[in-house]
Amino acid sequence: MSTSGIVGRSVPRLEGRDKVTGQARYVDDITLPGMLFGATVRSRISRGKIAKVTFGPGVDWDEFVVVSAKDIPGKNCIALIDDDEPCLTDGTVNHPEEPILLLAHPDRRLLPQAVEAVSVEYEPLPAIFSIEESEQQSQIIWGTDNVFKSYLIEKGDIDAVWAVADYIVEGEYTTGAQEQLYIENNGMIAAFDPQQGVTVWGSMQCPYYVHKSLVKLFNLPGERVRVVQTETGGAFGGKEDYPSVIAGHAALLAMKSGRPVKIAYDRMEDMVVTTKRHPSRTRHRTAVSKDGKILGGEVEFTIDGGAYKTLSPVVLSRGAIHAGGTYHWPAIRIRAKAVATNTPPQGAFRGFGAPQSLFALERHMDRIAKVVQLSPVEIRRRNFLKPGETTTTGQTVDEAVDLGKLLDRAMQLSDYSAKKERFARENKESTRKKGIGIASFLHGAGFTGSGERYLSSVVGVEGYADGSVRVLVSSTEFGQGTNTVLCQIVAEALKVRYEDVSIARPDTQEVPNSGPTVASRTVMVVGKLVQSAALGIRHTLEASGLLGAAYSAEEFRAAVRAYVAKNGKFRSLAHYEQPEDIVWDEQKYRGSAYAAYAWAVYVAEVTVDLTSYSVSVEDFVALQEVGRVLHPVLAKGQIMGGIAQGIGFALYEKVIWEKGRMQNGQMTNYIIPTSADLAPIRVYFEELGNVHGAYGAKGIGELPMDGPAPAVINAVEDALGVPFNSIPLLPEDIFDALTNKRERGELSNVTRDHR
Amino acid sequence: MSEAPPNRVKCEISFQVNGKLVAVRSYPMERLLDVLREQLGLTGTKEGCGEGECGSCSVLVDGVLVNSCLVPVLQAKDAKIITIEGLSEGARLHALQQAFLDCGGAQCGICTPGMILAAFHLLSKKPQPTTEDIREGLSGNLCRCTGYAQIVEAVAEVGRRGTGG
Amino acid sequence: MRARPAEYELTAPGTLAAVLSLLAEEPGEWLPIAGGTDVMVQYSAGRLPSRKLVSIWNLPELRRIEVTPNEVRVGAGCTYTDLRQHEIVSREFVLLANAASWTGGIANQNRGTLGGNVINGSPAADSLPALLVYEAELTLVSAKRERRLAYGDFHTDYRKTRLAPDELVQSICLSRRFSEYYAHARKVGARNAQAISKVCLAALGRLADGVVDDVRLAMGSVAPVPLRLRGTERVVRGRRIKPELIELASKTAAAEIRPIDDIRSTARYRAAVAGNLVAEFLERLSSAGRQHE
Repeated sequence: MSTSGIVGRSVPRLEGRDKVTGQARYVDDITLPGMLFGATVRSRISRGKIAKVTFGPGVDWDEFVVVSAKDIPGKNCIALIDDDEPCLTDGTVNHPEEPILLLAHPDRRLLPQAVEAVSVEYEPLPAIFSIEESEQQSQIIWGTDNVFKSYLIEKGDIDAVWAVADYIVEGEYTTGAQEQLYIENNGMIAAFDPQQGVTVWGSMQCPYYVHKSLVKLFNLPGERVRVVQTETGGAFGGKEDYPSVIAGHAALLAMKSGRPVKIAYDRMEDMVVTTKRHPSRTRHRTAVSKDGKILGGEVEFTIDGGAYKTLSPVVLSRGAIHAGGTYHWPAIRIRAKAVATNTPPQGAFRGFGAPQSLFALERHMDRIAKVVQLSPVEIRRRNFLKPGETTTTGQTVDEAVDLGKLLDRAMQLSDYSAKKERFARENKESTRKKGIGIASFLHGAGFTGSGERYLSSVVGVEGYADGSVRVLVSSTEFGQGTNTVLCQIVAEALKVRYEDVSIARPDTQEVPNSGPTVASRTVMVVGKLVQSAALGIRHTLEASGLLGAAYSAEEFRAAVRAYVAKNGKFRSLAHYEQPEDIVWDEQKYRGSAYAAYAWAVYVAEVTVDLTSYSVSVEDFVALQEVGRVLHPVLAKGQIMGGIAQGIGFALYEKVIWEKGRMQNGQMTNYIIPTSADLAPIRVYFEELGNVHGAYGAKGIGELPMDGPAPAVINAVEDALGVPFNSIPLLPEDIFDALTNKRERGELSNVTRDHR
Repeated sequence: MSEAPPNRVKCEISFQVNGKLVAVRSYPMERLLDVLREQLGLTGTKEGCGEGECGSCSVLVDGVLVNSCLVPVLQAKDAKIITIEGLSEGARLHALQQAFLDCGGAQCGICTPGMILAAFHLLSKKPQPTTEDIREGLSGNLCRCTGYAQIVEAVAEVGRRGTGG
Repeated sequence: MRARPAEYELTAPGTLAAVLSLLAEEPGEWLPIAGGTDVMVQYSAGRLPSRKLVSIWNLPELRRIEVTPNEVRVGAGCTYTDLRQHEIVSREFVLLANAASWTGGIANQNRGTLGGNVINGSPAADSLPALLVYEAELTLVSAKRERRLAYGDFHTDYRKTRLAPDELVQSICLSRRFSEYYAHARKVGARNAQAISKVCLAALGRLADGVVDDVRLAMGSVAPVPLRLRGTERVVRGRRIKPELIELASKTAAAEIRPIDDIRSTARYRAAVAGNLVAEFLERLSSAGRQHE
């Protein structure tokens, strides 16, 4: 497959210039004439009923626009998978910070005090805040049993393995909530016109998700709702479904006031009220033979979805499917469920269930290694999936991936064996214990199973009067490089210059629905469609005699100009078609779960300082097979950024909850790494290609989120000889564990005092 | 809530921004950040946290890097302020801006203006910073997208070329 | 941004005398604001009770460092960057210069002032333990008088000081007799930069013939005020540094402090780390001593 060398090269970021000059316009940079500002009055209790709302003194309420649930023209819900999340409470409260009323005023500065001046009286009900409390079902807060969704994945004869196992290894692993912490807070501007309907502009990942929810909220036909994405300052999943909430709020105020309305959260509101990564609990029970082969296992994977369903079923699905990781399971039973608690609904965060279940699995593999008395390396090597074998859902590995060789290379790059031996020796005399840990994992790109067929994505490429072509997708840029890579793909497909291709702003009035910008699908799935659509442009020009088989970039431009001059603007559309070899049974949850998997082995080297009990990551090797690297700088940036978030997930980022409300909603108290905290991360790629992805690419956006946490915690256990099965792992937790062990006489040589 | 406190009086405050003299009428306790963005239309400077932690609001005041969300505009009287808009000259990008583009230092771009100014400030004090100098110099600017490595690379590149002034 | 600027008055009289005159006329009415790194955070959160503020930022009388043969007088309006950049402060008062480099990022170091740290009296402030071990003295000034006070006597309780309503801190005076001491400081926070300390230690020690001739220990974030660990000092002073002494000092320190559980950390962690920091200091003092023999 010869190329013009655009794909595979680090071309300039398409919108980069605007970003480095401060010209890029994010939603809070935009003001419309006559615009009001909006704010939200929220519940202060976790669960109960609203008895009374009083508009307090000291505020001139005549100047304010007030919206309640009664003002909603359509259905009072945030349409997503289910319609259970209200846009504004109808009188029942199911989580702290639940939206009750909306206020708007021309003076932004009057709003915080106005919000404080609305006093609400409640009749509280008992609330639940943990997976365990939800399972007890002493309070039913959702449906009949607090369970949003459950899945059962079965393979082989799991009940037969226990009798023949030489070892049965059990473990329980938990992960906490994680805040996406995009540096740009959520914000939306909305306008309402009685004839034209609703228009919203704002920070988002999925314009057509917002569109669907506004259609239902306002009971309007699709053509009378318009959603436009503004430059978005980071998302990571945190702007997948939440924008529908804030868009609905802004639009209701716009409708009631007849003026445009902007709602832009400040940091504390954004942190406390919006979605986070689902907390999880995974229980493993594994039958292992004496030579370290997995015979089978039972996995129970449970996630806390908060008060409403939102995306929990899909997070659950991905987490459950990834629960078996890169290993061959002759038999497995995975019971997965998402449960309700009285906390703000959780949502999408890069990885989307897989970081949770893979953390558990990769920690569990190290536990199995200890029980069977093999090294963490050997236990993995003996159980790796091989081409021709099947995954937990029965999907055949049909590419030439060699996980053993990937592991070997990662070990060599990280100098694993020498370091492990040296650390074990040197740790005896040191108060700074060093350790090295591995994680091997995979990430399926695109929507699960028949998801891509359900999405039915459509993309367009359009020719213009000036001879340029433009990409038409609803896929959004929020730093990961959508604009750049899709334009690269078109330029490559048409053999024109990168500069000859542009991309339309995602505006539901202008672009077709190429699906949401999630699930690591944009380059792989949407990119491949864009490639087809581009070729469609070329075919049209060839068929009309304006273009020969070989041509220069200038000749191409001339052909487009000529075609447009004769026929007007023209576009070529491409529709997603599920490849025949991707067969999925939604009922039994079996078959080809994903069109492609990226594979990885990460190695983390840590130092645990026993003076402060802090962990620092000293070296990190990230080796991954990604199909094809289309843009080296962007690809590397995705991996390093994801690893930084993964290290945060493991060691720094703790949400402190009290009665379902986040207490540390400030950047000073919710800790992410600064530039002074991250050691160099060494990134390496391998490329096996991918028939289902543009130019052989696989999705990589979420892959780097899955490996860091288990690699780091495996390294900490290597350093201290103490297992940790819960993240985030803070110095205080390490101290407590070491103290408990010392008191129980279980510790040797893991004290600060090294006499 | 008791009777609202009396509205204070706005004052005329003048200072230089990006080489140009400006005069604003503001309450003295308006944040410099808001005056730059809302009154002067210089929206390149961003608000990420409002508590001086993220550095997205960084500007240079008399050559000194500060978080503009923590500066009352009255204290900026007669100062010479540089925002991200003042770094490039027309179509010509500053070396740092070009390096950020070349090295992938900007992904979503929201931390970028503050980050570039912090780097500019660092290079004005240490024209050839070590990696450690760079990591320390930028430690007050949070980035969630990049993991910092390509930002550090961009700054190091400008340091090597000696074009940071 | 949850405050309404229209409700606030900020005046900048421009000279120390004018500020003091205002404070004398209306004591307790005007909140001094220097670099704003503390006040403006409260203000933005909508949690600043004061509606009248007087700017003391960049007053020449407060933002200077005077050096005499016996003393360095650091003006209360000096920023952390001013401290880091001053040759004598960074050479002879390395604990203070270190603390300045740990206080927030560069942008906050350019605006935060030492006086601000002193007046706020937060036990978590990085520079205050250094002032305790250097036995700093404060000059407090009002329209009527000037007085000098031992810094160790300045804090009376959590965020409460002996500052009178019409007073400002004018300077922090440091006696130039510590260059020969071994100095060691360490801050333990949630990350390497921009972290509020969970525990921090400032320590000075001097050995004579292998015996601890003098030792000064102070800690932050372990009590309602920055704490001088006099009990631990007594246990160490006059002794040789041996493993038994290190363990005793470590335990004494853990027991001498009064840490709490809060949003950042736990009391038991702080106590253990405090003990570890003291042990680490004594080990290093001992090594440094052996190197000089």
